[in-house]
Amino acid sequence: MKSVYINSVGSISSQKTFDNSEFLDEIISYEDSVISVVNPNYKEFIPPAVSRRMAKGVKMGVVASKIALQDANLETVDAIITGTGMGCLKDSEKFLKALIDNDEQFLTPTSFIQSTHNTVGGQIALGLQCKGYNFTYVHASISFESAVLDAKLMLENNEANTILVGGVDEIGDYTTSLHKLINHVKPEKISSTALLQSKTEGAVYSEGANFFVLSNEKQASSYAKIVAIQTYNTLGSTKINEIVSVFLNENNIDIDDVDIVVLGNNGDITYDYFYNELCVGIFNTTQQVYYKHLCGEFNTASSFGVWLASKILKTQKLPEAVKLNNVQASNYKTILLYNQYRGENHSLTLLRKC
Amino acid sequence: MNKGVAITGMGIISAIGNNVEENYTSLIEGEIGISRISKIKTNHKDSIMVGEIEFTNKELEQQLNLTPDNNYSRTALLGAIAAKQAIENARISDINSCKTGLISSTSVGGMDMTEAYFYDYFEDKATHKYIEGHHAGDSTQKIAEQLGIEQSFVTTISTACSSAANAIMLGARLIKSGQLDRVIVGGADCLSKFTINGFKSLMILSDTYNTPFDENRKGLNLGEAAAFLVLESDTVVQAENKKVLAYVKGYGNANDAYHQTASSENGDGATLAMQKALKVAELASNDISYINAHGTATGNNDLSEGRAILRVFGNHVPTFSSTKAYTGHTLAAAGAIEAVYSILALQNNVVYPNLNFKTQMKEFSITPQLKLKEQELQTVMSNSFGFGGNCSTVIFSKKQ
Repeated sequence: MKSVYINSVGSISSQKTFDNSEFLDEIISYEDSVISVVNPNYKEFIPPAVSRRMAKGVKMGVVASKIALQDANLETVDAIITGTGMGCLKDSEKFLKALIDNDEQFLTPTSFIQSTHNTVGGQIALGLQCKGYNFTYVHASISFESAVLDAKLMLENNEANTILVGGVDEIGDYTTSLHKLINHVKPEKISSTALLQSKTEGAVYSEGANFFVLSNEKQASSYAKIVAIQTYNTLGSTKINEIVSVFLNENNIDIDDVDIVVLGNNGDITYDYFYNELCVGIFNTTQQVYYKHLCGEFNTASSFGVWLASKILKTQKLPEAVKLNNVQASNYKTILLYNQYRGENHSLTLLRKC
Repeated sequence: MNKGVAITGMGIISAIGNNVEENYTSLIEGEIGISRISKIKTNHKDSIMVGEIEFTNKELEQQLNLTPDNNYSRTALLGAIAAKQAIENARISDINSCKTGLISSTSVGGMDMTEAYFYDYFEDKATHKYIEGHHAGDSTQKIAEQLGIEQSFVTTISTACSSAANAIMLGARLIKSGQLDRVIVGGADCLSKFTINGFKSLMILSDTYNTPFDENRKGLNLGEAAAFLVLESDTVVQAENKKVLAYVKGYGNANDAYHQTASSENGDGATLAMQKALKVAELASNDISYINAHGTATGNNDLSEGRAILRVFGNHVPTFSSTKAYTGHTLAAAGAIEAVYSILALQNNVVYPNLNFKTQMKEFSITPQLKLKEQELQTVMSNSFGFGGNCSTVIFSKKQ
């Protein structure tokens, strides 16, 4: 079985992450309950005529994938696997609103055509003329992890050598207004630095695209090795500390071997206890890192976590802004990521320096 | 690596039957499920025909013993019914007796509720429970709960009309690699105004019964359905002495990389998918006994698919037919529906007729099977193609 490496990254997020020569050199602070991304100059990557027809999510996905390809020094890949929790929200909302408001008349197909969940994956394939394997996973907060798991399986068995894997979600105004009704979005505007001190339900909603070239061949520019990834639809009656211990044990890793644990805290008082239990539990002496105060919450926000962990492993730098506690460490070799959303769809991802 | 991927159970609900037996009877008797729409209020009711499931949501909720405060979309209801049938058919009493996963697929998810309460959400708190049910993964989470699957690999695929074929493919790969011992795979999609109007605006809905591979085909009929298969490893099959219905022998996925919605003229993606599936199955093209074609009855699909079949099979095109005339095009569920039909074909050594066909297409000379045919079958190839250029092929076989 072959090993699997993260050979490149491409990120569009609420921070200025699209430039791979930087690593959170400047932190952008927000005070809101819904935040957007820092846009790269899309025209540098997509012809304006093509770009105009693309909704935000498609544009972010296509450009993030191009940045990842450039970073890996590749023209194309063997396969494309995308994760998106909500799919092409803007076009779905547009078509749905038009059909309801106009009583099913005068509809044009454009937004329907682009509303399917696999639009990003399809558009990347079209742009690259990549006729290989092309999948799209749409399972809430493990959409991205499903894509990584699939790619890992394929690379380990040598069914492909290079795979573009990414997570992408866009904000849709109608959907956000619905999620405000049911308190999934925070009722108050909150400052990024105070996110975890929040005493309310819900999260700061956001969007973003993080793409990676995964390969079974290491190259000089490689960021990390993907040791293991596992997802859980529910935890049943088992506590998170036990779930993580079993996972590490199955992968022959001691808790002390974990140099950094990257957690998906989003400041929701109802669900952050999963992370808090780990912080006071098995990882109470481990360097703890969080990131959703930087990128916000969306179904594929955990792909930003993988971007962050990849950058830490490659640069061996740990930005102050992401530290939850302060443990002196000089060498970052092993990073564990844990994420869940609203108590469901938990994921554990284990990365190692390569 | 496990060698075989055994299918040990299946469940289905579609416009031609509420379980496997009813679906098979309809297929054999040429009973189609296409009619005027009755459960969705749409302006297009007199200009379209659909494959609708007879039960109302309330009836489906009762069958699942759900309490009135449930927030199941119709997609989730149909999916749960079909998945439970599959588990029962595979005679699984303890779902967590081995490493079990669930891979479902859908294109509309909970869109039926979102479109019904689009503005009501802001007026009526009682409707709020459906907001969380919109996203595609919701129906899958509910199916997992219905089956008692916990702490497991549960995911959802959405690659438009090829989705369920891809769910079967991923499930087979996870069994082969030993990551799972058992996996329930399939898909569910209900009818919705969203898809009706979407396909209507693309002008590919027929105003009458759909006619796959016919020269004068006018487009597709939308249908709703759900189907699931239970896949198990050799080890589980041996240990539990399981009855095997058939095997997943091969699979292939490729992208047409041609257009967001249209298939390329010569079916590049479809050709690649069929070729890859043959390679994985270690079969030659002349080993295929029957092709259950995607055959949606749109001008574009049937021409592109037909040409791709000719490219793969040359002068030896096996018996082929599309069953879309029976069920309509059930979108994300189609690959699972037709997987059940392919397995039934293998078990009973029959090829279903391609109904409603009258006139030979002029672009090529291949003709689908027009009458029910008894034929010894060893392998069945099933095609599913979708928007985004997604092309998938799965090969089912009698023997490992």
